[in-house]
Amino acid sequence: MQAQPLIERVTIANPQGLHLRPATILAITAQKFVSDIWLIASGQRINGKSLWELISLGAACGTELIVEVVGSDAPLALAAVVDILSTASPEEDMDSLSPG
Amino acid sequence: MEIKRGIPVSPGIAIGPALILDPEGVRVPQRLVEACQVQEEVHRLRSALAAAARDARSSQQKVDHQLGRQFGAIFAAHAVLLEDATLEQEIVDLILKQHHAAEYAVSQVVRRAIKRFSDFGEQHFMASRVADLRDIERSILYHLSNQRRESLRHLRQQAIVLAHDLTPSETAELDPTFVQGFATESGGRTSHTAIMAGALQIPAVVGIGPFLDDLAGGDLVIVDGNDGLLIIAPDPHTLARYQAARSELISLASQQHSQLRDLPACTRDGVEITLLGNIEFPHESQNCIERGAVGVGLYRTEFLYLGRQTDPSEEEHFEAYKDVIHTMGAKRPIVIRTLDLGADKFPPNRVSQYPERNPFLGLRSVRFCLRNLTLFKTQLRAILRASAFGNVRVMFPMVSTLLELRQCKMLLAEVKEDLDEEGIPFDRDLQVGTMIEVPSAAIMADQLAREVDFFSIGTNDLVQYTLAADRSNEQVASLYSAADPAVLKLIQQVVQAANRQHIEVNVCGEMSADPIFTLLLLGMGLRTLSITPHNIPVVKKVIRSVSLTDAERTAQEALQLETARDVTNFLREQTRRLVPDVLH
Repeated sequence: MQAQPLIERVTIANPQGLHLRPATILAITAQKFVSDIWLIASGQRINGKSLWELISLGAACGTELIVEVVGSDAPLALAAVVDILSTASPEEDMDSLSPG
Repeated sequence: MEIKRGIPVSPGIAIGPALILDPEGVRVPQRLVEACQVQEEVHRLRSALAAAARDARSSQQKVDHQLGRQFGAIFAAHAVLLEDATLEQEIVDLILKQHHAAEYAVSQVVRRAIKRFSDFGEQHFMASRVADLRDIERSILYHLSNQRRESLRHLRQQAIVLAHDLTPSETAELDPTFVQGFATESGGRTSHTAIMAGALQIPAVVGIGPFLDDLAGGDLVIVDGNDGLLIIAPDPHTLARYQAARSELISLASQQHSQLRDLPACTRDGVEITLLGNIEFPHESQNCIERGAVGVGLYRTEFLYLGRQTDPSEEEHFEAYKDVIHTMGAKRPIVIRTLDLGADKFPPNRVSQYPERNPFLGLRSVRFCLRNLTLFKTQLRAILRASAFGNVRVMFPMVSTLLELRQCKMLLAEVKEDLDEEGIPFDRDLQVGTMIEVPSAAIMADQLAREVDFFSIGTNDLVQYTLAADRSNEQVASLYSAADPAVLKLIQQVVQAANRQHIEVNVCGEMSADPIFTLLLLGMGLRTLSITPHNIPVVKKVIRSVSLTDAERTAQEALQLETARDVTNFLREQTRRLVPDVLH
C-alpha cells in the first residue's frame, strides 16, 4: 500500500545557502530515516539522502524548496529535514558529523 | 615494427613482452575496457570508494583530535560523498554503458560536477568547493592505482616495464628479478627510472615521448639501452640481430668485470681511490661485491617505507640492514642514509598532510623526519643496533642548516641513551655524516664540517637546487647540468672545507658514476666516490688510466671555464685523450 506523501514548503535560511556543511548534515540526518526524502526545486527532484545530489543543487539562501517524504517514519523525517533547512546555522551541531 | 628514439640511461639490450603502467596522477587518458572486464572494473571502483571513504574518516578523526571538530567536519563531508549511492551509480553507469575504465569514469563524473559548480558562477558559494571535488577524485584514483600496483607486485613472468614515468613507490614494488628493462615517455638522465635501472643493472631508455598508445600489454618489445631505442613489435630480422647482439654483450661484460674487479682503483702515479657502491635494495650489495666496491657509500632506505599502509617496524629496518652487513662483511663500511622522501610520497592516512605548492622546497627528507620523531627514532634505533654487527655509518639527507644537523645529532644521542638503558649493544663511535645537497649546506660547509665525521655530496639535488631547475621538466632540463661552473665552485668549496677539518668527503650523486667527470673529481681533491655498482668498472678504468697530475691539470682548467657546455666539451676531450675507449 503506497502511503500518501507528506509535503511541506520551506525556505533555506542559512545565509550561505545549502553549502557543503549543512548539506552534509542534511544527508546524514535523512539517511537515518527509512522514508524516502525528496527535495524539489527549480524543476529538479533531488534525493535528500544523497549529498552528491544536494550539493549539485547549489541552492542559495532564500530559495524555496518543496520537501516530500514517503514512508513509515515520514512525520519525524519531515520535521527533521525542515528543521535543518529553516535553521540559520545548523553547523553548530557538529556531533551529527561524527562517524557511526 | 616501430622504432622510437629516447635517451639511453642504462646500457644493455632487453627483449620481452611489454608491461604497461598507466600514467600517474589525475590526467587520466580515455581508456576503454573489454566487455568481459566491465564487472571487474565495477568491483575495483567499489573497493576504491570504500578505501577512500575509510581514509577520509581517519583524517576526520585525526583532525578532530588535533584541531577541533569544525575542521574535521570537512573530511566527514568527503566520507559521506565517497559513500554516496548516487555518485557511485553515476560512475558505475559509465563503466557499464560506455565500457570506461574505472579511472576514466571517475574523472568524467567528477569533472561534470566541477563544470556544474563553475556554471553557478564565480561568486556562488559552491564555486569554492571545487577543491573538495578534486580531493575526492584524487583519493579514489589513488586507491585505484594502488590496486594496479598490487598486481604489479604479483608480476610472475619476465617483462619490460613501459610507463609514462615511474614513481619511486612503483619501482619499489617491482620484483627486480622479473623486470628486464624500462622504457618511459618522460624523464631524463637523472630521473628516478634512470637511477633504478642503473641500480638493477637493466637496460633503460627514457624521454621517448608519447608511445603508450601505440602498443598493448604483452606486445613484444626491444629496449636498446646502448643506442636509446625502443622497438615495438620487431620484424624477424631485427629480432634475430638483437638476440645475437645481446648474447655477445653478456659474455663481453662478464669478461670485463672479472678482469677489473680485483685490480686496485689506483691512478698511474699510485694514488688510491676508494670506490663505494650506491644501493637501493639489500640484494644489490651483492652487485657491489661483484663489481669490486670496497663498501656501500649510500644505502637508500626509502624502499622500506614505500608502497605500504604502515610504517616499517624497527625489526624490519634492522633485518634490512643486517642483510647488507651479512653480504658486505663486518669490515667494509656501510653508509645508511635516513629516510629521504617528501610527505607527498606517503598515503594521506599515514602522515598529516598539508597541500604543498612546491614539494621540492617543502616538508621532505630530514625536515619530514624531524616532524615525525617516532618514525625517525625507529630508524635511528635500528641503525644503531645494526652498528653492533658491522662498520655501519649514519648519514642525514637534505640538511640545509646547522640547526637541523644538531637536532638530528641530539636525537641520535637520545636514542643511544635509550639503548644504553636497555642494555642493547651498538657502536659508540658510530660515524655521523651529512649529505651536502642544498646550496646553503655547501656554503656553510666549514661550519658543518666541525660537527660531522664525513660529507657526502649529493650532486643530483645540489644541481637541481643550485640552478633552480627541475630535472624532470623537459622545458628547463637543459639548465640542469652537473658541469655547470656554479655547481663546480660549490663542490670545490665543500671539498676544501672537509680537508681543512680533516673529515672524509665523497660524491654520491649521478655525477660520480659518469666517467666524464672522474678526472675532474680526482683533480678537485676527491679520493672517495660512491657509485651505482654498474658503473664501478668504467670509473675504475678511468682512474687506472690517468695520473693525479693529469687530473689536477684538468680540474684547474675546467674551473676556469664559464659555461656548462664548455666544461662538458673540455672534460670529454680530456677523457678521450687519456682513456680513448671509455666514452661512447
